[in-house]
Amino acid sequence: MIGKKFLAQMVCHCLDGLPLEACGVLGGVALEGGSAEVRAVYPTGNTASSARLYEVEPRDLLRADRDAEASGTQLVGVYHSHTHTDAKPSPTDIRQAPDPDWHYVLVSFRDVEPSVRSWRIRDGAVEEEPVVLEW
Amino acid sequence: MSVAVRLPAILRPAAGGESTVEAEGATVGEVFEDLIRRHPALKDQLLTGDGDLHRHLNVFLNDDDIRYLGKLDAKVGDDDTLTLMPAVAGGVR
Repeated sequence: MIGKKFLAQMVCHCLDGLPLEACGVLGGVALEGGSAEVRAVYPTGNTASSARLYEVEPRDLLRADRDAEASGTQLVGVYHSHTHTDAKPSPTDIRQAPDPDWHYVLVSFRDVEPSVRSWRIRDGAVEEEPVVLEW
Repeated sequence: MSVAVRLPAILRPAAGGESTVEAEGATVGEVFEDLIRRHPALKDQLLTGDGDLHRHLNVFLNDDDIRYLGKLDAKVGDDDTLTLMPAVAGGVR
């Protein structure tokens, strides 16, 4: 579940990053049933500086983690953009997914209109989950 | 020296579910040795088979990435905090 302000913040950050991939992490709370409510978007640097790779800038990640904890929330996921491909995790995304409890959000600019999809990745198994927009 | 080690959620099951644990040592490497002695399940998460820092792990001594402080040789003191975080990365390939 993501509020419109946070969705806009995430998509705008990814647009700003073009032609490179952009990335960031999501603060929030876990909900029953395995979903999560996003309470903060933390845009981070992409140390890979690439149109094909992303790597969350480690110190940005540390700052986001501390802010989330201070807010009584936690990091619940990561987002990144795909500049020319679908909003689906790539084999690299799947292999390197750091936490099975996280939500992996992809923002695709393959078409002019951005596409936002969310995935769970556990032990190499990928499952899409709905992105629910909170008004 | 006793330092606090903050663990990301993914590593907590290997440390009895704790989010912060204490460990002793004068360097990050010594703290890791003590940490692994107390929580052996952490070993493969922290270090490679050669005893180097795992490349998918970020380690911060207070606010600083230990890669710029001498890695496992970085000196630690009382009241320091080590924060472990997974590297978060991916790509189209």
